[in-house]
Amino acid sequence: MTTRIVELRRGILKKNDELAAGLRDRFTTAGVLVLNLVSSPGTGKTSFLERTLRELGARGVRAAALVGDLETDNDARRLASSGAPVRQINTHGICHLDAEMLGRHLETWEGVSLEGLNYLFIENVGNLVCPSSYDLGERIRVVLLSVTEGEDKPLKYPGLFNSADAAVITKIDLAVPCSFDRELALKNINEIRPGIRIFETSAKTGAGMDEWLAYLAELAQPS
Amino acid sequence: MHELSIAASIVDAVTESASVYPGAHVKEVRLRVGALASVVEDSLQFCWELATEGTPLAGAALVINKLPVIVHCDSCGVDAEIEGVQSFRCPRCGEPAADLRQGRELEIESIELEEPEPKELEIGAPNPVEEQL
Repeated sequence: MTTRIVELRRGILKKNDELAAGLRDRFTTAGVLVLNLVSSPGTGKTSFLERTLRELGARGVRAAALVGDLETDNDARRLASSGAPVRQINTHGICHLDAEMLGRHLETWEGVSLEGLNYLFIENVGNLVCPSSYDLGERIRVVLLSVTEGEDKPLKYPGLFNSADAAVITKIDLAVPCSFDRELALKNINEIRPGIRIFETSAKTGAGMDEWLAYLAELAQPS
Repeated sequence: MHELSIAASIVDAVTESASVYPGAHVKEVRLRVGALASVVEDSLQFCWELATEGTPLAGAALVINKLPVIVHCDSCGVDAEIEGVQSFRCPRCGEPAADLRQGRELEIESIELEEPEPKELEIGAPNPVEEQL
């Protein structure tokens, strides 16, 4: 027997990365700004997104959402009450969305064209580990953290927090009963992702939503 | 638990690359995995066994070469390795360093193949090595 070493130097998720690059091109051509929302289960992604869609709708901005979940279309039904087009992606046990799933659901989304949208939100499966490896072609990755989860979440999940472009703290209306240490949370986020934009919000009271919507408008400005 | 998807992707990629060398047996697969790649080594090893079972890759060793995080410090103007993944600051001056130069890698670096000597090939079977010659 002889031994041969073959250098490959190829990305393990090369297929996903290639599909994501294709999606990114499509989004750019269509002029739609795509955001990928990632958090643990129970952070309040759906409530935050529902409020965002409602506020954008009220301002005449066209937005839509793709929602990933292991099972059920509960989140899609909640989001659809905002009036925005919403499509559910059930992953049936897979812990993250990937570019193939996204592309397939975009292809078959009746009545929705990317060209007709200003924003497309992707609500990822609730998970702070796996989604970090899967590029979906998004321009902005948003990590969400609720005041009920503990201020050290960024330190526990550095892979995801470090890959994010913006961070949203949710449920700030519960900060006092949860003895949430705001300074510590901000410090931890900044240790993992120095200089990241941070928004402190409550989908219930609407606190912080104006700043978040202003950020969305700023992103849509031609650079 | 996306290690199973990752293991399956490695199996696909290695099978494709090894098919260029007929008769070769994959002995080892070497990966480069950054400290921020969100991959748990034990879990990936476990899933590797599952994913290769019953395939030509069964029994192949998976060697994971872990890469530390390297950041670029704007103040010092140099790339520096940081210890751990709990604080993204320049180890020289202590300033926050957001510019990541290494740490997200999730790559197959190389594969080690065992190839039969020409004489070990079955008599009468096509010998791709000789045909190429």
